[in-house]
Amino acid sequence: MTAFEIIHAGTAPNLPAPVTPKKVPHHGGEANPSGEALKAQFGAAVSRVDVVWGETSVTIDATRALDIVRWLHDDPSQSYEYLVDVTAVEFRDRELPLQMIWHLRSIKYRRFLRLKAPLPKGKPLSVPSICPVYKSADWLERECYDMFGIKFEGHPDLRRILLWEQFAEGFPLRKDFPLRGRFSRAEQLRQALSANPEARYSMEELTVADAFEELPLDMRARIRGGESTGE
Amino acid sequence: MGLTASPQSNLVSLDPANSDGWITTRLDFLVNWGRANSLWPMPFGTACCAIEFMAAAASKFDLARFGMERMGFSPRQADVLICAGRVPFKLAPVLRRIWQQMPQPKWAISMGACASTGGMFDTYAVVQGIDTIIPIDVYVPGCPPRPEALIYGIMMLQKKIMKERMGDTASRIEMEPDPKSQLYIPPMMIDKLSEPFGNSVNQTRSGL
Repeated sequence: MTAFEIIHAGTAPNLPAPVTPKKVPHHGGEANPSGEALKAQFGAAVSRVDVVWGETSVTIDATRALDIVRWLHDDPSQSYEYLVDVTAVEFRDRELPLQMIWHLRSIKYRRFLRLKAPLPKGKPLSVPSICPVYKSADWLERECYDMFGIKFEGHPDLRRILLWEQFAEGFPLRKDFPLRGRFSRAEQLRQALSANPEARYSMEELTVADAFEELPLDMRARIRGGESTGE
Repeated sequence: MGLTASPQSNLVSLDPANSDGWITTRLDFLVNWGRANSLWPMPFGTACCAIEFMAAAASKFDLARFGMERMGFSPRQADVLICAGRVPFKLAPVLRRIWQQMPQPKWAISMGACASTGGMFDTYAVVQGIDTIIPIDVYVPGCPPRPEALIYGIMMLQKKIMKERMGDTASRIEMEPDPKSQLYIPPMMIDKLSEPFGNSVNQTRSGL
């Protein structure tokens, strides 16, 4: 049994009452104080702090992502409890690097923070996984790997999540990926139809004992009693 | 009995005064009449077309008027597969297996633009028409089709069933392509044939 902490919004001490801003400038609005705090804490690993449409974006060094996210999560002055999204952007300009993006929200402080990390194209695309800090990053990072081919170092189970396991055409959200895929329609269909729809996991990933333990209690009791599962 | 026949199938006669409750008719007609008016659909709804299908099955449009009283959510107790919505390649083996699980006689309706042709989803992930996976009897156009369109498609299917012959077994045989047969087209040739329309290697729509 795991205990859960209930986090109430805006319960941090000395927090001003929330107001709806009347006018938000495009650039240089009121910055999230976490941006400057990150600069003070991590120095050279934080290269830029931008405020666009009232949202603060911090550009960080990709190799330090796990440290930075862990500090933002654990430090009581930051307390970012909620990971909103993990995604990536590839720009149409071929010279620009890919960009990893994390969206964090602090419920206690009512703050929103966007972290960006450029990933140069010449090198293998790889960033540290933030799964040790946020468990919800698991599927988000799998989706990001599925679509962009970014390797998340330290992810517990990095494999495709939306596309099928045998998909061999590459990573569809990359700009060099043709919209209709790399294979012909006939080949795509042949590969799709040769897949076994019931084999969601290969036997290396999942033993029968594991599968049994994952079943609900009542189903386990019925199978123990010798009832057929209908498969 | 209330049996009626269209002028084309002219062999139904009922003479209660002289026949002691006997009727004579073509067996084809009788069997087809029974089949056409008690189709059990198997809805395979994957997208927004399924919402229109639900509307067609609900009280206002009421598919039960056409003998579709029971939705067969098991393919083993269904007669007509109604595929409503786009089918991604990940779902292609599932759809084929569902089709193979349905007992003969069986029919399939492809509902909507995506199921029929891939529609606007001319992409790496979506099957370009489910007739590349299973044989389709009626295509219902629309994005999504209104319930009237689906009902019209079902009525077309009923007309088609009324014209079937029991002696014509060819329509009921399920064939896996045999590499030795004359009908077999090797995948390479299919690639060549499909190039102007669907081959992704040589063209993209946006030029990117």
